[in-house]
Formats: sequence, C-alpha cells, structure tokens
Amino acid sequence: MKQTKIIAGVLGLALLLGLPLLLKNYGVHLATTWLVFVIATMGLNLTVGYAGQKSLGHAAFFGIGAYTVAICLREGISFWLGVPLGALLCFAVGLGLGFPALRVQAIYLAFATLGFNTAVWLVMRNEEHYTGGNFGINDIARPSLAGFSLDGNLAYYYLVLFVGLVLAALMFGLLRSPWGKAFMALRDNPIRAESLGINTRSYTLLSFAIGAAYAGIAGALYASQVQFIDPALFTVGQSIMMYLMVVVGGPGYFLGPLLGSAVGVILPEWLRFAQGWYLFVFGVAVVLLMIWLPDGLLSIPDRLRARRVSRAASAARAAQSQGATR
Amino acid sequence: MSHPVLKVTGLKKAYGAIQAVGGVSFEVQPGEIFGVIGPNGSGKTTLFNSMLGQITPDAGKIELKGQDVTTLGPLELNRLGVGRTFQTLQVFGKLSVRDNLIVAAQEHSGSMFSRMFAPSDSGLGAKADALIDQFHIRHVADKKAGELSYGQQKLVDIAMAFMSEPDLVLLDEPCAGVNPSLVGGISSLLKELNRNPRIGSHSSFVVIEHNMDFVMDLCHRIMVMVEGTVMAIGTPAEIRANKQVLDAYLGS
Amino acid sequence: MTDFLQLFFSGLATGSIYALAALGFTLLWQASGTINFAQGEFVMLPAFMMLILLHQGASITLSFFCTIVIAIGVLGWLFKRGVVDPLFRFGMMPIVVATIGLSIALRNGVRAGYAADPQPFPQIFPDQVFNLAGVSVSASDIGTFAFAIALVLLTQAFLAKTVTGRAMQAVAQNTESASVLGINVPRMIFYTFAINAVLAVSAALLVTPIYLAKFDMGESLGNKAFFAAIIGGFNNSRGALLGGLIVGVCENLAAAYVSPAYKDAVALVIFMVVILFKPQGLLGRKEERKV
Repeated sequence: MKQTKIIAGVLGLALLLGLPLLLKNYGVHLATTWLVFVIATMGLNLTVGYAGQKSLGHAAFFGIGAYTVAICLREGISFWLGVPLGALLCFAVGLGLGFPALRVQAIYLAFATLGFNTAVWLVMRNEEHYTGGNFGINDIARPSLAGFSLDGNLAYYYLVLFVGLVLAALMFGLLRSPWGKAFMALRDNPIRAESLGINTRSYTLLSFAIGAAYAGIAGALYASQVQFIDPALFTVGQSIMMYLMVVVGGPGYFLGPLLGSAVGVILPEWLRFAQGWYLFVFGVAVVLLMIWLPDGLLSIPDRLRARRVSRAASAARAAQSQGATR
Repeated sequence: MSHPVLKVTGLKKAYGAIQAVGGVSFEVQPGEIFGVIGPNGSGKTTLFNSMLGQITPDAGKIELKGQDVTTLGPLELNRLGVGRTFQTLQVFGKLSVRDNLIVAAQEHSGSMFSRMFAPSDSGLGAKADALIDQFHIRHVADKKAGELSYGQQKLVDIAMAFMSEPDLVLLDEPCAGVNPSLVGGISSLLKELNRNPRIGSHSSFVVIEHNMDFVMDLCHRIMVMVEGTVMAIGTPAEIRANKQVLDAYLGS
Repeated sequence: MTDFLQLFFSGLATGSIYALAALGFTLLWQASGTINFAQGEFVMLPAFMMLILLHQGASITLSFFCTIVIAIGVLGWLFKRGVVDPLFRFGMMPIVVATIGLSIALRNGVRAGYAADPQPFPQIFPDQVFNLAGVSVSASDIGTFAFAIALVLLTQAFLAKTVTGRAMQAVAQNTESASVLGINVPRMIFYTFAINAVLAVSAALLVTPIYLAKFDMGESLGNKAFFAAIIGGFNNSRGALLGGLIVGVCENLAAAYVSPAYKDAVALVIFMVVILFKPQGLLGRKEERKV
C-alpha cells in the first residue's frame, strides 16, 4: 500500500514538473493560478477541514497578501521581503479573527468572518491612496532570483510550484505531529477535547492564523503572477468559492485542495465548450457532486471501503442465520 | 492522615427557581470507588458538571487533594489530574481508536511549541496499546472510532479518561445504553484499573449509575441523592439496609 | 424634514421586501439548519416564472397564484427532497456548498436560457401619489409595505397560534422531542420550505416591478436578506422583520445623504457593527454551548 503511494507521489511530481513544458502560455498561466489556489485552500483546509472552524472570509487574507506585495514593489521593497511580510501580517490578523471564534457559536462565526471579509474589502476599495481604490494596482513586477529573471510564465510557474511544495511539506509535518490530532479533536468534539486538557483556545486561534498565512502567501504570489489586482478579486464571493473548493475536494483530506482548486479553477475552463451555459453546468455539477459525495471527492476511497465492509458484514450475517436455522 | 482526594463542602447550584443541588457535602478517599445514585432529577449530573468546571456553583467549595478548585475550568482540572467520561458518547469519530487514546493524553504535559516537533504519537503509543489490550479492543484499534458499535465506543470513551493516569476519574453513567452482557466486563475493567495503578497512588473513582447491581458490586461507598440533597452515605450494605433510601428510591 | 420622511417611508417599503426574504431564510435555518445561499435566486426564479405566464396571456393574479403552486413544488418539495434531505446528516458544509452551486446554476441558467438584459414587469399598484401631511408617499410604497407586512404578520400568527404552526416551532426548537411527541417532523419541515417558497414568490411580485427582472437580481437581494436576518437576530423570526426594515430605511437614507455609491455598503456596515457587538442579532437570544 505504501509503495503505491510513493509511486503515485513520484508520478504526480513528474507531472507537475513536466506538463507545463507541453502547455501553451495560457495553459501555463492556468496551471500557475491552480497552484496559487491550492496553496490558499491548503490553509483553509486546515482551518475548516481539520480544525472544524467556520471561515467564509479567506479571500480577505488572499487580498492582504496580494496588496502587501503590490504596495511593497511600488515602494521599491523587494518581492522577497514582501511575501514574508504579507504572510506575517496575515498570521497576526488571522489570530485576531480567531478571537470572535472563541466567543460565539459556529453559525455566528461564519457571519463574523463574512463581516471581516467585507471590512477588508471596503478598506481596499476606499483607501485609494494606498490601494488605488477601485482601480487597483497595476504593473506589478515579476521578481528576479539571484539575477535570474522570473518574468517568463514558465519560470514563475516553477517558483510557485517550489513554494507550494515547501508549504505542503510543512503542512504535512504539522498535521502528522500532535498538533494534527489536537486540531481534529477540536473539530470532532471540542468539549471532550477541553476536558482532556487540549487548549482549544490556542488551537482555534492558531488554525485561523496558519490558514490565513497560507492564503497570504498565495495572494502574494498571485499579485506578481497576474500583475494587476483590484478589490473585485477579494470579495465575499471569492471566499465562498474557496470554501466551495475545500468542501468539494474533501475537507480534512490532505490532497483535497488539489482537487478542489482544480474544480474551482480548471473545471470552468473545460466547461467553456458549453458556451453560454458553462457556469450553469458548473453550478449543477457542484450540486450533484455534493449530493453524491457530501464528504468531498477524496471521500471516494473511504466510501468504497465502507461499502465493502458492510457487504462483508451482511454476507457474514446471512451465513450465520443460515447456519443457525440448520 | 492523608488528604481526601476530593472534598466537596456545601455545594449549591440553582437554575432559576429550581434548586438542582442544594447543599451537598462528601469526601472521597484515595483509591476509593465512590458511587452516586438517586432518581432522575436528583441533581447528580449538575453535581458532576460543577465538580468538573463545566458550570460554576452558586455556593460551596470543591477541594482536590487539598487545593481549592471550585472556580477552575475543565482544562485546568485535567492538568491537575481529573478525568471524566460523559453520559452521552463523546469520542472523536473521525480519528482511529488508537489516535483517540493518544490525543486523550498528549496535551497533559509539555508545551504547544514542543508538541510541534514531537513524534506523531507523543511517545504514548505503548501506553495506548496497553490500554487497548486491557480493554480487549485490539481488533478495532485502527478503525475510526465513529465506525464502532455503541458498546465498543463506550469502552474507548472510558479508556480515554484513563490515558493521562488521573488521580480522580468521574464516570457519568458508564453503563448507559450498554448491552447487559458487557456490563460485567466494564465492572471488572474498572476494578482492575482501580486496584492496579501504574504509578504511585491508586486512582479514585466517582461513579454515577442507575444500574443497582453494578453500583453495589463495584463501589466501596455510595452516596444517595434525592432532590438535590444528600440522603445517605455509606457502604453498599448500609445503603441497602437504610429504610429511608429503600422507601425513597430502591423499593423493597 | 419632508425629504427625510419620504425617504423613510419608501425605505420601509423596500425593507419590507427584504423582510420577506429574510423571514424565509430564518425559518429555513430554524427548521432544518439549512443556510440557503440561493435564497436570492429563490426570489429571482419566480419573477421569471411569472413573466413567462404573463407572456402566455395570463393575468397578473393568475400568474402569481400559479407561480406559488409551482414554487411550493420546486423550491419547496423538490429542494427539500433533492438537496436538503440527503445532506442533512452530514453537517452544515455540504448543504452550504450545494446551495452555493444551486445559486450559480440558477443565475446562469436563467441568463443563458432566458435573457441577459433586464425584463420589464407590470406594475401591480396604481401610479398614484398620496400627500400625507406634506409628505409624498406613492401608492406603490404603501401597497408594498402593507402587503409584505401583512404576509409577515400572517406567517408569524400562523406559527404562533395554529396547531400546525406550533408543531413547526416545536420541530425548529427540538427535532427529537418533537418526533417523540408524535409530530410528523418531515412534513413540518416541508411546510417550512413551502412557506419560504410563498414568501419568496411574494417578494418577487413586489420587487420586480421596481427593479425589473434580471438574472442577477437575486445576488443583491439575497445578500441583503442574509444581512437583514442576521442583523435582526438569526434565531428569532421577528428579527427578520426588524432587520429588513432597518436595512431598507438606512439604505435609502444613506443613498440620499451620503452617496448613491454607498447604498449597497450600508447593509454591510450595519451587519459588521451588529456582528461585533451583538453577534446573535438585535432581537436574538444568546445561545449557550451545550454539553
């Protein structure tokens, strides 16, 4: 079993490294966007999928990261400083957002995060001096690394891929450590968790903060990728789409963000053949997907296993009752 | 003369006009199994929740090993050595049985920071396996806790309370909803855990239960609660012979 | 001063429409734990349904009542059986995302299948303007307000005073106990969905003559209803009414005294303030964490 996982991993990595070489410019751009959203939803998967919190304001952190880099570059600060700065800022703000989570019940938390997203969006729209208001910031430069320019789409793709792999490895390590179990305990049964000595306060705050930092880094990378940002990219609607990506991919599954972002970023492109109807088809696909797989796409193996187990159990019961009647 | 593990003095808690607990006092000695019985609505669960920091009592004092813990919450109480099981099942459904046990003790010591770099099982793997074997749930150890039968989940629930080797364990109706054939097993498990401590002093238990045979067989002393107050405290034999208790609760 | 009163009264009219949508939204949440992100589209769809019937030659009254029947079937029964029932036991996440998908599908389905431009809708109130103590109030405003409020009060009376209504409230408060008492829980939940459908169709009837029928009319309306429900108090049906009226009035005043660009931001800002200081809403009760 472990061997197949390793082989699959190597193949996946090869695909990620090699496929873009075969794609045209737009394909590379799409793949980069997909990776950016994978990073962002990895963070949201931690907050929502592993720690069981409600967060409908993730796009705000995405935006904070993006604007941080854009403003830094405009002020002559290096990209390589802007990205960690954005991540740190998001971490701090994410901690702050976690505080209402401690006080209010689940559903009200969802509203509070919506309110937060809205507040951030309003700041982006109105603080024209810093953010350019509705017009946004354009001519965001691509960085260069040790003299090697990352202007080209392909080169930038590999940068985002590298960052994504590093962040994925960190997330994997975090979830494997006792923190991972603590987050899941917080999700499955916060009251029991507390009576077992798990500091639900700290873990809640951290789940928001870490998730936010991931979104911040994703946003920072996105800014230099698309080279033009405006507040319309960071609305509540975008947060809702990110939430959709996490749930469709499979909340609490490590690879969920890969599939979820594919559904959110790549699927609408594939559906373009349906022309005017492509978003309709997308919406219907999401509804049907949820009805069929409420736990997300990655719950398929678990469901198959459960079906096999229950089939074996009913076969055993049938055999038993046969034996009893003899 | 050693401290009682638990000393409750004059505990009171009212919900509006209803005096759920109206002045309850008792002591639990180290290593003792102390039963709490009484009709529904006699205040047992409110008493428990007060002792566990889930709710704040209106009046009275709770002392754990001589320390005043009346106002402490569940988190602090766990660190001081109090464990509990719940009346309704409270396991972590999506974690495996083994992980349930590991997470039940991983936060008992160390810091958040050190835990980031600790091994996945925080070094508790061996202890979890020992408890799994003691509770005879080896065959389901790697399954998700939510997939187990009710009785098996109950065993996991109880095992979780013991992972951090608490000095005092509060068991809220450990036999509720359990198949009668399993009740005997739970009783012997609890006796085993009480008599064979791993380190230092014996674990003391406070058990709420309705199953009379279970309580009479398991407990060293029993407290009878009626309408929020203590009617009697004594050994099983004394309680069985107590006319007041028989009239009010046990019947003939 | 007369300007202010005029704005106030027309704000009440718009607000009462928000209240209809917000009430349905709140009832759905209370009865089934469903956060319906497609609530706006639940108003948009009947608007187009009525339009289709009108084009077939039906009168406005006939279209309205036919659409109510259709809506109860589709937005009530089909939505419940098809989407909510299968996902009920999986928690909030799948239902929320399913309704998100539904809203995307409905919005874009109408856009592709009917039209992208706004469609005119007949006025249902006469074109009169009344003068009450110097303040001009249109018949449309009075009619809208009266109709919407009557419907809200009727719904609340139904819930509080009839046997069925009280049974529905019991289901909303404690499903398990309700079923033990012999209440047909699935049917009560269906009635809630049906009421939501009726409220949505009514909102469509009142709002479309003013703002025209467009595929994305549900977006803004849905958001306002959502905010209104939360501002008023999500676990309280009276909250929906209060929230809706507050949003309607404040919007109107802000558009006139601050700037039209800020009209949509008003609901947002009130929502944020309420969330910060009283997250359970103005009329909401604080919910304890249950052990």
